[in-house]
Amino acid sequence: MTLELRNISWSVGFKKIVRDVSLRVEPGEFLGVIGPNGSGKTSMMSVLGGIRPPSDGMALLGDQAMRKVGRRNLARRIGFVEQQADTSDRITVHEAVSLGRTPYLSLLSPWSEIDDDIVASALESVGMGNMADRIWHTLSGGEKQRVHIARALAQQPDYLLLDEPTNHLDIQHQLGLLELVHVLPVTVVAALHDLNHAALFCDRIAMMDGGKLIAVGTPSEILTQQNLRDVFGVEADIETQHDGRCHIRYRVRNQMEV
Amino acid sequence: MIAVLSSAPGRRTSAAFAALVLLGLSLAFAASVGETAIPIQTVMDTIANHVWGAGYDVDPIDAGIVWNYRLSRAVVAASCGAALALSGAVLQALLRNALADPYLLGISAGASTGAVSVAILGVGAGMFGLSVGAFIGSVVAFAFVSLLALQAGRGTGAIILAGIAGAQLFNALTSFIVTKSASAEEARGIMFWLLGNLSGVRWPDATQALPMAIIGLLVCLWHARALDAFTFGRDSAASLGVPVRRVYVILIGVSALMTAVMVSIVGSIGFVGLVIPHAARFFVGNRHGLLLPLSALIGALFLVGADVISRVIVPGQVLPIGVITALVGAPAFALILCHGRILR
Repeated sequence: MTLELRNISWSVGFKKIVRDVSLRVEPGEFLGVIGPNGSGKTSMMSVLGGIRPPSDGMALLGDQAMRKVGRRNLARRIGFVEQQADTSDRITVHEAVSLGRTPYLSLLSPWSEIDDDIVASALESVGMGNMADRIWHTLSGGEKQRVHIARALAQQPDYLLLDEPTNHLDIQHQLGLLELVHVLPVTVVAALHDLNHAALFCDRIAMMDGGKLIAVGTPSEILTQQNLRDVFGVEADIETQHDGRCHIRYRVRNQMEV
Repeated sequence: MIAVLSSAPGRRTSAAFAALVLLGLSLAFAASVGETAIPIQTVMDTIANHVWGAGYDVDPIDAGIVWNYRLSRAVVAASCGAALALSGAVLQALLRNALADPYLLGISAGASTGAVSVAILGVGAGMFGLSVGAFIGSVVAFAFVSLLALQAGRGTGAIILAGIAGAQLFNALTSFIVTKSASAEEARGIMFWLLGNLSGVRWPDATQALPMAIIGLLVCLWHARALDAFTFGRDSAASLGVPVRRVYVILIGVSALMTAVMVSIVGSIGFVGLVIPHAARFFVGNRHGLLLPLSALIGALFLVGADVISRVIVPGQVLPIGVITALVGAPAFALILCHGRILR
């Protein structure tokens, strides 16, 4: 089953935030989405996740238009972790992750032991198995983000969409979180701010600018000196390491004299 | 309490049964207390006579007081408390705002404008009473607020701000009508009505209020899981498979309708819709499968109790019930706040 956007646009009022984006997510890959602030990453992700319908074009899940698939079925296929989703409600970690079972529950199929098992294993797979009873607001930023991922995993999705999952985390937790997501047996689409993280973890990278998708390709195809200058407005040297991964070394334009 | 209410369907049925018994007892108690105290046995006999024609020998005056005055009044109080508390719980969950209450949508302000239009300006030329006017007023105000919120754009902030604007507008209209056209006596009567008044309530009112509360409870319970999904906001609910827009329309619509019906019968009783859901959360947390029925139960019990107090606290005089709910509610709310378990 594939996830695909065909010439989609998305606008707020008369302002087009995303214009004419076509993108096909291949099963099993880790696709990074990069672009400067305001380039439409978040909006594109929410169309890809089926949270907002596109104003133009088609969003498809497995060759079927998303609006025909239906919200509930989408939620069983696609897990979505927002940039910053917080709550002032006093809930436990277990309750937060249990929300992930929402698309499977109804009056005829109420909560069962199977759901308990799924929630427990989702918590286990983000390394929070022993924190089920903790209260949400006592968690650190990294822990909250991992709970969100566990919640998305409890949806048993084929696709996991993450919108800047490492924002506001310290470097250890940033890398830990991406490593965690990388080994999960799901297709991942992640909007990432740090280009070196994108280079480290992504199989492919989609680059956005001004609401358009500029290019899609492997990290070494996308992360070029030219692209960094044109899209991000920074000067950088790209080093290719012995494992084939590339690394970006930024240059400050007016280097201070030492 | 938490242990009793948790999970297992068997326990849930017995908890629901216990709640109904508790509610029945409170109604019977409310019917026995008053200026003339009537023994609880007489109350039970009267109810039995009316409900299944048991044919007990009851003094007809006592029976009249119990059945026609106090019991109908208690039933309306219970329905009203349950409906307002439910609306509050639902709106707080949907709008992600701890201060949301049923009157946020401009409903009570619209109701008062409708009521004074009928009572003072004579709109409708005696074709309908105060409560019909209040109902129409609240529906108009709610329509105004909804349209404003839709125009103002997406997000929960738009609804709250539109509600504030609507409430201010309709309150100003009410004040304008009262100060321009009302006599001192009329103004006092309107004032009394605005603070909530169960004095004139009889069975015809109860047959509107009770079904509305029950339907409202069922609709809200049907959406309990959807409300849970709003814990992390609208987009998060959408990503969990909840049809956000439909849930908004249904639940805000039902809350508005419940509130409009209750306000048109008893006036705007403050504080119940705001405070009771927080109190209920204190006991069972945020899962709406438990929170909604418990809010309804506490709301019903609270308002029945407040009505009893309003009838007996000043001998020979009935206080507006809104005064009691706020006098009791405000300190209770302060207590809960200081326990610090609402927001943090």
